[in-house]
Amino acid sequence: MNKMILVEAKLFLREPGALIFAIMLPLGLLLGLGMIPDFQEASPELGGQRVIDNHLPAMMTILAVVTMALTVLPGTLASYRETGVLRRMSTTPVSPFRLLVAQLVNNLAVAVVATALLIGLSNLVHGTPLPGSPLAFAGVFLLGTASMFGLGLLIAALAPTAKSAPGIGSILMFPLLFMAGMWIPRELMPDLARQIGDFLPMAPFAQALRDTWAGGAPQTLNLVVMAATLLLFGGLAARFFRWQ
Amino acid sequence: MKVIEVDNLRKRYNDRFVVDDVSFTVEEGEIFGVLGPNGAGKTTTVECVAGLRTPDAGAVKVLGGLTGDALKEKLGVQLQSSALPERLKVWEALDLYASFYNRPIDPMALIERVGLADKRDTRYGKLSGGQQQRLSIALALVGNPRVAILDELTTGLDPQARRDTWELIEQIRADGVTIVLVTHFMEEAERLCDRIALIDSGKVVAVDSPAGLISRIEHQQTVRFRPSGRLDDDALKNLPEVTGVHRDGDRITVTGGGNLLLAITTALAAAGVVPADLRVEQATLDDAFLALTGKKITNGDAR
Repeated sequence: MNKMILVEAKLFLREPGALIFAIMLPLGLLLGLGMIPDFQEASPELGGQRVIDNHLPAMMTILAVVTMALTVLPGTLASYRETGVLRRMSTTPVSPFRLLVAQLVNNLAVAVVATALLIGLSNLVHGTPLPGSPLAFAGVFLLGTASMFGLGLLIAALAPTAKSAPGIGSILMFPLLFMAGMWIPRELMPDLARQIGDFLPMAPFAQALRDTWAGGAPQTLNLVVMAATLLLFGGLAARFFRWQ
Repeated sequence: MKVIEVDNLRKRYNDRFVVDDVSFTVEEGEIFGVLGPNGAGKTTTVECVAGLRTPDAGAVKVLGGLTGDALKEKLGVQLQSSALPERLKVWEALDLYASFYNRPIDPMALIERVGLADKRDTRYGKLSGGQQQRLSIALALVGNPRVAILDELTTGLDPQARRDTWELIEQIRADGVTIVLVTHFMEEAERLCDRIALIDSGKVVAVDSPAGLISRIEHQQTVRFRPSGRLDDDALKNLPEVTGVHRDGDRITVTGGGNLLLAITTALAAAGVVPADLRVEQATLDDAFLALTGKKITNGDAR
């Protein structure tokens, strides 16, 4: 198993485009947008917080996670199925399921590295506070990332071709990011939009990251929706995933 | 010893039996060919043997009835159109696949064996078709299997790469590995296989050695020549070896079996006729397939 994770990690690093995109784009946006003077001022709409206190960093964390979960992961797995990599493995005593696990481990590792860089550099450059409830933050991060991986696996399971998988991921990604507050903070959204968002896969993740970043506890509803997302999408993916 | 026993195997896709009552046995140490046109059900048959598909009816017994991981440990499979990640290097692929088995062959020795020693640090995507195919064979062998199933392994290769691959297979057999070779390529089956199961439309047409299959057909040999003088057709037609005589201008074509050439030349000598441009053609597996099924197997090339 360790060898497989290692080999998959090497393959990851040999195709640095996706990694650079997943890590550098959110980081660049965070550091760049954080320069905007308005974002450094306390904002009454955000309850007196600055945009760079937790809204922008949390959104960029989400962006890094979903780039991996909804485009890189499904793209890789769908191409492994299409080119027969999974089929070849199924002729050996080792199940191709392990390859899937190795992929999840590596994607998670990239998401963790990206998030650590976001937290650390934003703190250094913009004085963003470190997550106020670190344990709860870590728990929310893992649960939310797992739920996004569940959605990514479902995309990999249902995508008709390898090329279409990342495309489907992107199409889902943008409206979900919007509802999560990527372009308009959720505080400024109409109540109805916010309530709908509470039951979509991404917004509860973003909300819970912000709440724990600010030092509070995550809302129960957010946690329940994330867990339900994970179970629903993970279960459907397990049901529909084809090895060949 | 029987290594593989297939009894009345049937497999259906959407109401159509792609494998329809197939039976054969494979003996230890032989190269057994599964030969037939595209879509005959060859791949589905061997996928059932390899435990990758569940038959709808019939029984498959490999190495005395191994199943699951114990079977996969002892059975190497090289399937059609199974690629590897483009950026995976040759040695990494073999090293990784070796780790899947309890008692693997030394991957580095195997790299040497299949002639990829100078490509060990090359990425899969940068290998030629023949090199990819040899790596694929190596991956099927790295677990030190007793039986190897190789599906359409020279399809798409140039003639030189194809001959190299054939030599490799003969070496593997010499090591004591029983080989099941799936192919629609006649020359390959004729050259390599000890016995062949001829499959058409999901059914076994015949199981025999290549020579045995050819001996089943009427016109095993064809002799063509231009006689130096007048020759009565009856002088040839009355020979027991001859089944047919045809004239095309001044050329004569004689078909038949047994020691046809000797019988004809003796008869010609007796008649005082010298044959010019004498040519003998042996029937091929292609002819045998045509005679047994009433259709051509393919255009004969392996694309």
